[in-house]
Amino acid sequence: MATAASVPAHRGIIRRPTATTGWLSWFTTIDHKKIGILYGVSAFAFFLVGGAEALLIRAQLAKPDNTLLNADQYNQIFTMHGLTMIFLFVMPMSAAFFNYFIPLMIGARDVAFPRLNAFSYWLFLFGGLFLYSSWFLGGAPNGGWFGYPPNSTTDPSIGMTFYAIGLILTGIASSAGAINLAVTVINMRAPGMTFFRMPVFVWMGLVVQFLLAFSLPIVTVALFEMLFDRRWQTNFFEPAAGGKPLLWQNLFWLFAHPEVYILILPAFGIISEILPVFSRKPLFGYQFVVFSGIAIGFIGFGVWAHHMFAVGLGPVANTAFGITTAIIAVPTGIKIFNWMGTMYGGDLHFDTPMLMAVGAVSMFVIGGLSGVTHAVVPSDYQQTDTYYVVAHFHYVLFGGAVFGLFGGIYYWWPKVFARMLNEFWGKVQFWIMLIGFNLTFGPMHILGLGGMIRREYTYPASLGLTFWNQVATVGAFLIALSVLIFIVNAIVTQLRKPGLENEDPWDARTLEWTTSSPPPVYNFEEIPVVHALDEFWHRKYAEDKEGRLIRVPAGASDDAPDTHREHAIHLPSPSFWPLVAALGLPVIGYGVLYSWWLVGAGALLAIVGFMGWAMEPPVAD
Amino acid sequence: MQELDRFHEEAGARGVADPREAGHARHTHPSAKEYVRIGMILVVLTGIEVWISYSGLPHGLMITLLFFFAFVKFALVVLWFMHLRFDDARYSRFFIMGFAGACILFLVVLLLFKAFA
Amino acid sequence: MADTTTHAAPAEHTSTGLPSTKLAMWIFLASECLLFGALITTYVLYRGSSTTPPYQHEVFDIAYTSVSSFVLLASSLTMVLSLVAAEKRDFARMRLWLVATALLGMTFVGGQVYEFTSFYHEGLKIGGPGSNLFGTTFYTLTGFHGVHVTVGILMLLSLVGMSWAGRLPDDQAFPVEMVGLYWHFVDIVWIVIFTVVYLIPQPKPPGT
Repeated sequence: MATAASVPAHRGIIRRPTATTGWLSWFTTIDHKKIGILYGVSAFAFFLVGGAEALLIRAQLAKPDNTLLNADQYNQIFTMHGLTMIFLFVMPMSAAFFNYFIPLMIGARDVAFPRLNAFSYWLFLFGGLFLYSSWFLGGAPNGGWFGYPPNSTTDPSIGMTFYAIGLILTGIASSAGAINLAVTVINMRAPGMTFFRMPVFVWMGLVVQFLLAFSLPIVTVALFEMLFDRRWQTNFFEPAAGGKPLLWQNLFWLFAHPEVYILILPAFGIISEILPVFSRKPLFGYQFVVFSGIAIGFIGFGVWAHHMFAVGLGPVANTAFGITTAIIAVPTGIKIFNWMGTMYGGDLHFDTPMLMAVGAVSMFVIGGLSGVTHAVVPSDYQQTDTYYVVAHFHYVLFGGAVFGLFGGIYYWWPKVFARMLNEFWGKVQFWIMLIGFNLTFGPMHILGLGGMIRREYTYPASLGLTFWNQVATVGAFLIALSVLIFIVNAIVTQLRKPGLENEDPWDARTLEWTTSSPPPVYNFEEIPVVHALDEFWHRKYAEDKEGRLIRVPAGASDDAPDTHREHAIHLPSPSFWPLVAALGLPVIGYGVLYSWWLVGAGALLAIVGFMGWAMEPPVAD
Repeated sequence: MQELDRFHEEAGARGVADPREAGHARHTHPSAKEYVRIGMILVVLTGIEVWISYSGLPHGLMITLLFFFAFVKFALVVLWFMHLRFDDARYSRFFIMGFAGACILFLVVLLLFKAFA
Repeated sequence: MADTTTHAAPAEHTSTGLPSTKLAMWIFLASECLLFGALITTYVLYRGSSTTPPYQHEVFDIAYTSVSSFVLLASSLTMVLSLVAAEKRDFARMRLWLVATALLGMTFVGGQVYEFTSFYHEGLKIGGPGSNLFGTTFYTLTGFHGVHVTVGILMLLSLVGMSWAGRLPDDQAFPVEMVGLYWHFVDIVWIVIFTVVYLIPQPKPPGT
């Protein structure tokens, strides 16, 4: 039994840090809340970069035969746009919310492995910077985010080697995070918080961690095989030696299909928290929402070859995957109906978080409908590799995930930063973003069916694609305007003094709202005892005979915090070893590109980091 | 504080969220002798496998037998050396999720390549 | 109640009654099944597909590799005996068995290195001119396994060092059990590799 007392008191090699304030403390923090903020800020910065890349794409495509970007530059820009938005924005922004709120929502003081948590963040950041350093070291990845060989394995520029190594690095970060958060949810729930009293956001988080844990290893193997083909001329995807490029496609999509559920389930979780609060009604069909999330996780592993309908798998395989793809629409549909049921008959308040959530659901439905048309194999033959697909995935990813994440940002901003984002400008952002988004991606359905092929840097005027491309470009700049409005809103908000008049501004339902804003470093004075789903709501409200809400007077609850705390709360001290260990890995990455000495140096750094980590005392002397 | 104390009493002071979830580790441990016995069985099985590979049996039969013995060795190590047989069932569930998942997914991939045609 | 310390929640303080580190280790091992599954699938897909020599039947020495297999199996036995000693709180004996496990592991890795070197001298290359699919997939699959064994050896030696220096928590059996789980997993991956790669005979390409 390893409690603090039973670990022999000893000194580590170097003094363990103690400071939890000050700018240096951000480098040694192992507090899930600070790590959540680090993820959020980094993810948002990458969002802006990915958005700039998108604007370059749209500017280039605004007119036929345009010369703003040449083909090679365009390839790098659209590849980095995809990689950035998926791996460096949506995933880490979801991680920001999971990290900050899962422990609070389950009544825990931190995640299961706080230093591993810090390691995951730093490795993500270093992996993202590693990927972007390619611009300065010979060229960015240019083979699409999906990197199909033999193009990706034979391209002479160095970019795709950065792709392989960069994604291996970020993959390790996510895998470690997945195990950490899964164990947190399974093992660190407050007394009384059974699985079916957990908020849906936590459930979706749990499913996502298992999707990550089981899909990332597969793509890691694929990426190593690509790296070896590029760096050491191995034969994995080399047709002349008998290698099969289709092996890459299978291994890649075995990961990348579950990946799209990894991208959307966090937003589904956020939506499932926002809708009940702003309808002042419990989530309709909680168990259906939970089980459909689990079902999506499972079935998500059974549809990958629908990305390969046109490669010649044969009618049996195509049919099988067409059927599984159609089936996976069902659990998602179940969620949509339950969300609608939540709102129906509710006392609806359309504050910005609610607008974002409702926007996310509606835009996702549109994307889901085009997705269902993809499931029909013969119609997919016409749609695949056209802008129709680009429309589909932006409707589900931007429409669903990004609007959902913005909903989370507006909803939880007061909890994290003790200030409310301006409500008027929030609504302005929403409407401009909604209009801009639909102007950008709506026409792409038409462009795709009209023959516009994906991933081409220009098009001739004679194809009649010009008008809708111009509309799409205008839409993209409207999106940029809406993001600018958000940035100004955030800055002006943060310049105000912190302090909320009402620490439960939305009259919410879940445990994170029982703490101060922001929560103290230890989260809860006393670990809460949970009696019901929506525990916080039930502490505030009872229902009379007619089912109307009656406010429970404060102090009537017998959970009043004991002012005489018998024992101090012990938290682990900060640590710099996770950062040191994480730093070793990109150094190994540069070593693979340039020099075996660097590989050795990186490995040494990583080993020193891990040893220091293993040997440091739990709390500073 | 009182509420927490009451909960602990009711939960048998196990500190668990829900007493129904409490891990019941079966406390039987194999002895060193039993482990050595398992080790001997593993050695013998490996010897049989090597013999089979040299035996010149028909191809299909050979593959079946080799996979069978590999699976038995796999199970012996997982169940005894890794203690899954005696441990909480939840560990087994997670491991089987990964193991069975891998077997199914990769079987499908090989089928897609008509690897067994 | 829920004091979090650097050492992740032991059984008494967790929702399931299971220690967090052990739960994490089993989920990690489950994920490793997907990793090695992908590598083994690549190997199986490409078996018999090399267009140039050398081929399996020309380079493999089954007798030699069988010895390697026995060594690794023995290391699993010594690993579990180390745990038995730890549970009896005989930490000196525990360290002895851990060292034995590490030595057996090093013998295995040494045997792999020797095997790879001799294959290389017979013309089997992982990549570049003169390489074939067999070399590519063989060295990659067994190489990944070998790296995993090496990491395991580092962990074993760290355990020995930390135990000897008094830097392990009082319940030394627990970290030994955790490293043991990893070590046994690496052994069962080898059980599969030995069968799939070495023992299952390959149809010889025509003309060889």
